[in-house]
Amino acid sequence: MGPYIVQRLLQSVFVIIGVTLLSFLTIHLDGDPTYLYVSERASQEEIEATRAKLGFDKPLTEQYFSFISGLMRGDLGMSIRSRQPAVDLVMQRLPATLELTLFAMLISTLVAIPIGIISAVRRGTPTDGGIMLVAMFGQSIPGFWLGIMLILSVGLQLKWLPISGHVPVIDLMLQGDWGQALSNIPKAITFLIMPAITIGLFSLSRNARLVRSSMLEVLSQDYVVTARSKGLSERVVIIKHAFRNALIPVVTMLGLEFGFLLSGVVVTETVFSWPGVGRLVTNAITQRDIPVVQASVVVFAVLFIGLNLIVDIIYAQLDPRIRLR
Amino acid sequence: MATTTSSRALPVSLMPPPLPTWKRAARSLLKAKWPILALLILGIVVFMALFAQHITPADPNRQNLIERLKEPMTYNPDGTIKYFLGTDGLGRDLWSRIIYGAQVSLAVGVMAVMVGGLLGTSLGVVAGYRGGRVDDIIMRLADIQLAFPFILLAIMVLVVLGPGVWNLIPVLGIGQWVTYARIARGQTISQREKEYVEAARSMGARDRRIMWDSILPNVLAPLIVIASFNVASAILAEASLSFLGLGVPPTVPTWGGILNESRDQILAGKWWPAFFPGLAIMLTVLSLNILGDWLRDFLDPRLRGR
Repeated sequence: MGPYIVQRLLQSVFVIIGVTLLSFLTIHLDGDPTYLYVSERASQEEIEATRAKLGFDKPLTEQYFSFISGLMRGDLGMSIRSRQPAVDLVMQRLPATLELTLFAMLISTLVAIPIGIISAVRRGTPTDGGIMLVAMFGQSIPGFWLGIMLILSVGLQLKWLPISGHVPVIDLMLQGDWGQALSNIPKAITFLIMPAITIGLFSLSRNARLVRSSMLEVLSQDYVVTARSKGLSERVVIIKHAFRNALIPVVTMLGLEFGFLLSGVVVTETVFSWPGVGRLVTNAITQRDIPVVQASVVVFAVLFIGLNLIVDIIYAQLDPRIRLR
Repeated sequence: MATTTSSRALPVSLMPPPLPTWKRAARSLLKAKWPILALLILGIVVFMALFAQHITPADPNRQNLIERLKEPMTYNPDGTIKYFLGTDGLGRDLWSRIIYGAQVSLAVGVMAVMVGGLLGTSLGVVAGYRGGRVDDIIMRLADIQLAFPFILLAIMVLVVLGPGVWNLIPVLGIGQWVTYARIARGQTISQREKEYVEAARSMGARDRRIMWDSILPNVLAPLIVIASFNVASAILAEASLSFLGLGVPPTVPTWGGILNESRDQILAGKWWPAFFPGLAIMLTVLSLNILGDWLRDFLDPRLRGR
């Protein structure tokens, strides 16, 4: 186990360096990045001053090292608009985004598994066909459009759920106010349902298809045939013998899933005015507030890489074959 | 002598000649219902994109503030349809804008896949064929990219370079290369030691010739399947980025862009400026996904029904 963790850790460090290098170079894609940091009407002196202040007059390698050393200290520059540290802005918004992402992940996994199993067990029936058709739709609907349609129908027409707003949960937990956080959960869920469906429907559909095909694969294995011929009930065969093994590819997906959902956050938060990092990014885009965009990208990347590392280690713990590969 | 042929092994001359691929494809298409429908929808979208200038009833960019937010199926006094899908917040004809929107969506989708496919396939075949150091470097690059939600990097690049089709296509293309590279690499490795490669080599063919003339045609099938799914995801990504205002300049109507502009009207309960462009995206993407599924089954029958 030890060597595997070390190897995975090194790999993650390598990837983080790659990501920071990419996000650093992106800023320089269009030549002198100073112009991204000043207003269009800035005078020549202002431009010179900004260039000197941000160090864009230094050689590229030197700039990269100061970028990295800033990163180590958690400093990714100041927001151009609000004059606050960009990382702080991102961190303030992160709990709301995590709530949304985790809830979307919960829905997309918990609903997908039974649906996929039913579909596989009833392979070739109209139930299976119907479920797979819906799943196909689910993979083809643009998330933000689904969000808008939910707002129009469930929110404005039926008035079942609020169309925007947010009740903090994780934020309160971090402040240590667990009682308030827990009592907020029911209210928070009413605000979470529509945006979470918007983000999660694609994953839900993909997971349902994945569970189905993985179940079909497993159901044709010898040990399932053996279990059946021993006279075990169908329920026991499916739940105890087939399902547990069918879950392996689904678990593998979970780490990547989180990153995938995170990237859906940007548009969805905009649609639902959700006070998270996604909306921060959208606002930063319209205001061309580069440090905030860059900080969000780096924070998301580090989060994503860290999470994948944890998932992989847990996974290797569970399934020794991975370690030996 | 000839009469002793067993019933199991017919002489080759008695077997029906194998059908050419396109004929088998047509038969399999006709047997399955959904792919035909998907093909029809895609045909309509392609037609809309190609002949937009000739079939739009109005100029997609002409504003008419008196006629703003007219409902779908608005008629002229003489009973002919004036606004088939209604008008948007600036009084522009929605149907015409959606027809023009097909141009950008399709062009971006197809071209992004061409960029990503070309790049990914070349790198994948080279990595698989050469192995060693080259393989390591290419695959580590792929790992870095996979370890990262790509849309975020796309957002950053487009914020720096500014919106525009010619920035969008390479960005989306680069976002896709890894899938092609991984599959091309795996396939190449499995082909590398086959006899036909050996034969080409013993006839003195150079590596480059072996890679492109011998191996590439034999690894292409799964890549074509991936490409059809990726056109769909590139169209979705373009719509998302246009929705964020990062796709193409606002003067060019795109499905994502139209949706973005419609956001102000949603709270007023005006559903059509948001509904129809989204429907267009969904139908196009759905058709591509269905066709991709069919193509995968057709090219690899072992996966049928999975």
